[in-house]
Amino acid sequence: MGIAFRTETFRDDFTFRNSPEAVRRFPFPFHEDKYMYAVNIEPHVPGPKGSATEFALDVDEHYVSELADRALVLKDDPLRCQSLPHMITAEWDFLELVMTSLTRDYPEHFALRQDGDRWHWTNRPLGIAQAFTFGDAATLPQGPMEYVGRQCQGDFCLLDQRDGNLWMDAGIITCQADWSLDFDIGMNFMEWHGPVPLAHQMGVFERALKFLLNLRLGQPVRRLNWTMTVNPRLDTSPENYPKWGTDRTTITPENVGSKLHLRVELQGLWRLPRSNAIVFSIRCYLISLDEIATVPKWTRRLARVLASLPPELAEYKGLTRFRQTAVDWLSARDDGAPTSAGCGPE
Amino acid sequence: MLTSTNKSRPVYPGLAPRPFAQRHLIAAEGEGAAAVAELVAAGAADFAAKASILYTAGASAPSDPAGRLGALGADSLATFPSIETLLFRLDAMLATAGMGTALYVTGTEGFIGRVIALAAGHGIDHLTIAAEHRGSLARRVQCVHCKGFTENVTTSVVACSHCALPLTVRDHYSRRLGAFQGVCVNAEDPSEAPVAEEVFR
Repeated sequence: MGIAFRTETFRDDFTFRNSPEAVRRFPFPFHEDKYMYAVNIEPHVPGPKGSATEFALDVDEHYVSELADRALVLKDDPLRCQSLPHMITAEWDFLELVMTSLTRDYPEHFALRQDGDRWHWTNRPLGIAQAFTFGDAATLPQGPMEYVGRQCQGDFCLLDQRDGNLWMDAGIITCQADWSLDFDIGMNFMEWHGPVPLAHQMGVFERALKFLLNLRLGQPVRRLNWTMTVNPRLDTSPENYPKWGTDRTTITPENVGSKLHLRVELQGLWRLPRSNAIVFSIRCYLISLDEIATVPKWTRRLARVLASLPPELAEYKGLTRFRQTAVDWLSARDDGAPTSAGCGPE
Repeated sequence: MLTSTNKSRPVYPGLAPRPFAQRHLIAAEGEGAAAVAELVAAGAADFAAKASILYTAGASAPSDPAGRLGALGADSLATFPSIETLLFRLDAMLATAGMGTALYVTGTEGFIGRVIALAAGHGIDHLTIAAEHRGSLARRVQCVHCKGFTENVTTSVVACSHCALPLTVRDHYSRRLGAFQGVCVNAEDPSEAPVAEEVFR
């Protein structure tokens, strides 16, 4: 048993694909035929068997290849992983959360032996076996956050809580939708969301912050966010914008189905026990329009969401150049039938 | 351009005397000299006797033409040939500053940002620093691509002084870096010729 990990790329020749099973479990983010910001936070409780939310941290068929891509990003730009000095306790908290979650939920792939502070970690998909002393960073090849972050899909921020605010004081960020950890590190919750249009005036961030300041240990929460990406590229960082920005001009009616991807972020938040910090995970899922078109309900719904999106949101998400092409392609496959409630494929 | 909907955009409430401070440490650049004069005038009788002023003409004003700072009767007044030399001295003074020291900063935004970033390294919370913007609206900009800083930016678009990419200057501001974010303006279509407009005079 266990997951069959794919060998694929997220750059250059872009061999990334979803298996039919991965398409069915895709965390489609639209519960109705239109979209606007909301504080769409819900308890991170186990979802249906096989779904992206069945377990605390989702491991899927892209695990090995995604982490190979992360290693390439970090080799090219070490500033994608940074931690301010006071965050070391939170780093250990984070390492514990990842290792205990993965071994509990995927025992065929991961193992953790704990003898007091002496831990032994086994990661079979990546071929890693490591003995170390919990709390002693000198016993790991990298800092605890980087070490475990290189072994878990998704970007991770560690948020310090003080002065009635959350501060982005550490992170490992290699598959981001166009924001810079290096620029934003040290900012508080309001500041790092500064560039987002409309939502501030709606009071979204005040309410979300108030909620998160009261996040309790053992009661994680989650939400979905989304954008669109040309080519299945994980590293759409502002740092590399001159390298991927030109992709946005390459969409045509002929290639939009294979080239344009819905990019969904499954964001999870956990309170950490020793540091009282919060882990903010941003797990990226990609699906091409061709793959979406295998699910009639999602095809209809995405056509309608994109067609009715407020222009400021389309601009902020970087969709302006290809939105109409995508709407035309999807609408041609929309028979006008009503869509059922909820995000699921049926 | 000092108002923005971007929540990372700093606001500077202005200089007001901290009545209970034992020591007033004042860093001023260019036209900030006038703000220092007003600050001392607004303070109690012994304010000047407890004040140390560090001044540089910086980029936005020739010097303190009226000689106002010398006439204030501060305990000490040191004048520096550049922002860098002023920051070097301030760094040393903050390292030995005692309890009850109040820090004030005034001048262009780039100068304020650099003083606040320096003070953060000494454990001083930015919210405890009195800051007042005076002089040009020129910005200090960090290129998000090569990470180089370009000083005294008055236009958007501006060429990065390090990698030469044409940058849009966003309102997004990093206190740690003391700089606004610059992002390549024509990354999606390099054939688009960017137009520079003077917006931060």
